[in-house]
Amino acid sequence: MACIEAHGLRKAFGAKIALDGIDLQVEEGRILGLIGPNGAGKTTALNAILGLTPYQGKLKVLGREPWSDRDRLMCDVCFISDVAVLPRWIKVSQTLDYVAGVHPRFDRAKAEGFLSKTTIHRTSKVRELSKGMVAQLHLALVMAIDAKLLVLDEPTLGLDILYRKQFYDSLLNDYFDRSRTILLTTHQVEEIEHVLTDVVFINRGRIVFNRNIEEMESRYLEVSVRPEQLAAARALKPIHVREVLGRSILLFDHVDRQQLAALGEVRTAGIADLFVAIIGNQESKGAAQ
Amino acid sequence: MNIQTNAVSSLEGNVAVPVVIPGSRRFYWSIRRELWENRSLYLAPVTVAALFLLAFVIGHNPHAHVHIGLPINSMQRQQPDVFEQPYTIAALLLMGTTFFVAVFYCLEALHGERRDRSILFWKSLPVSDTTTVLAKASIPILILPLITFATVLVTQCIMLLLSSAVMLVRGQNVAELWSHLPLWQMSMMLFFHMLAIHGLWYAPFYGWLLLVSAWARRAPFLWAMLPPVVVGVIEKIAFNTSHFAALLGFRFGGSPEKVPFTAGPMSMGVLTTSDVVQFFTDPGLWTGLALTGVFLAAAVRLRRYREPM
Repeated sequence: MACIEAHGLRKAFGAKIALDGIDLQVEEGRILGLIGPNGAGKTTALNAILGLTPYQGKLKVLGREPWSDRDRLMCDVCFISDVAVLPRWIKVSQTLDYVAGVHPRFDRAKAEGFLSKTTIHRTSKVRELSKGMVAQLHLALVMAIDAKLLVLDEPTLGLDILYRKQFYDSLLNDYFDRSRTILLTTHQVEEIEHVLTDVVFINRGRIVFNRNIEEMESRYLEVSVRPEQLAAARALKPIHVREVLGRSILLFDHVDRQQLAALGEVRTAGIADLFVAIIGNQESKGAAQ
Repeated sequence: MNIQTNAVSSLEGNVAVPVVIPGSRRFYWSIRRELWENRSLYLAPVTVAALFLLAFVIGHNPHAHVHIGLPINSMQRQQPDVFEQPYTIAALLLMGTTFFVAVFYCLEALHGERRDRSILFWKSLPVSDTTTVLAKASIPILILPLITFATVLVTQCIMLLLSSAVMLVRGQNVAELWSHLPLWQMSMMLFFHMLAIHGLWYAPFYGWLLLVSAWARRAPFLWAMLPPVVVGVIEKIAFNTSHFAALLGFRFGGSPEKVPFTAGPMSMGVLTTSDVVQFFTDPGLWTGLALTGVFLAAAVRLRRYREPM
């Protein structure tokens, strides 16, 4: 059974179409990055998956329909929507008490263990913690829940680089095993690049790119082309061209590595470069029409 | 490929023991949560009680309104109500306090969590919207009346002890005071009054306020007041009647008409079985409770659809 299965997922807010027929299948054990420009429909897609918003089309998460079955689904799904959602009045000890009281898969000792590695006091209120500490607390709560799917919507927004690094490190080292699935969105693409097993680009409510990392790395190559070979390189039909410090960097899809090596320095394309190429091409096509 | 096989094997190795959490436990923790967040639910009545007791102590100078050691003369012997008066004032004051607390609690209950976006956290836990809304509704309908009852009872006991102490010092007859004060009857009456009137009879008010709190984007207080005013004004203009206002006034005024304790604890009469039967067979009570059910069902539905602001 796939962890997430969506067919023709649609959602409109009045005249504005947020999701325009999404087809997506996420298998168990994957770490999928959902990446898109602002207003592309990322959060709407996550909200639909979490049962927070009604939708049209078919959607199954862990075999359940999120909208009609949210409270039962939440036994197996965790989510951090952005660091600010823990209520500000609550005490750290109360968050532990409450989650232990209502969640069948919460391991309180585990959460206490994670918290003891931080400087967070049990008696503090959330409003007294720094933004980074709130994120640590939320992560400690979530990592102590034996869930099958973890959804992270901009989990490290507004955190400094140390906390961001620590966040993903503990997620990978202390939480992720291959029976869990993680779905995350972020604008800081470079930071999660090495974490992901799959990448999905979403733009204007549609999925425009959906590859696993191995496939992506073998297919997309970037070449820093020497000026004299620019014409030859262009003949191979790059999907994107950009200028950096007077040199042209060309992005190729499905072109032989040996062939490209003759034109200049070859490296695998990063997610950010691919994102700019694919979404940028789409946007300029959209503008031309 | 490798990943897939690993996934399957680790799933088989991981024998999950599902712990079942009964709905009652989720409900219990949801109520605890409300009490953590809204400490004014018990701090407000306790503060008012403390202030009242302070005034009661200070008030034993002869010009004060509330007398601590009652000078016993022949006139007062014929009016035992005088003994009860400060106790009744304490009860009324605390009831008024908790009614205001209840109103503001209800208006904030489903609004605040959307404003501070914490609704996303609450909704990320396996607690249904129905459980949440019912837990919030039970605060004004059940928990606050019980808190009020306990506060009034403790306050009245302290008052009685204070009065007795002062009277003993003055060499007055304490037995007089104790015999004129039907504390047990007053408490039974109060207990019933709190649960029946402040809980069940006022329930439609609380239901309405919770509904507005779940619906309004801002200023839930104004939105809660607007429809009744508009309905009243339209009725007045169209039919030159004021049945709606009278209906609200009647509901707010206390209890079903025929029940003798209409005036609440002001008349500390004896609670009889027929009073209780009369209250629970009043169609007005059941209409109100049905309306409360409709309001709460709508609030559950709204909480499900509403997103953070």
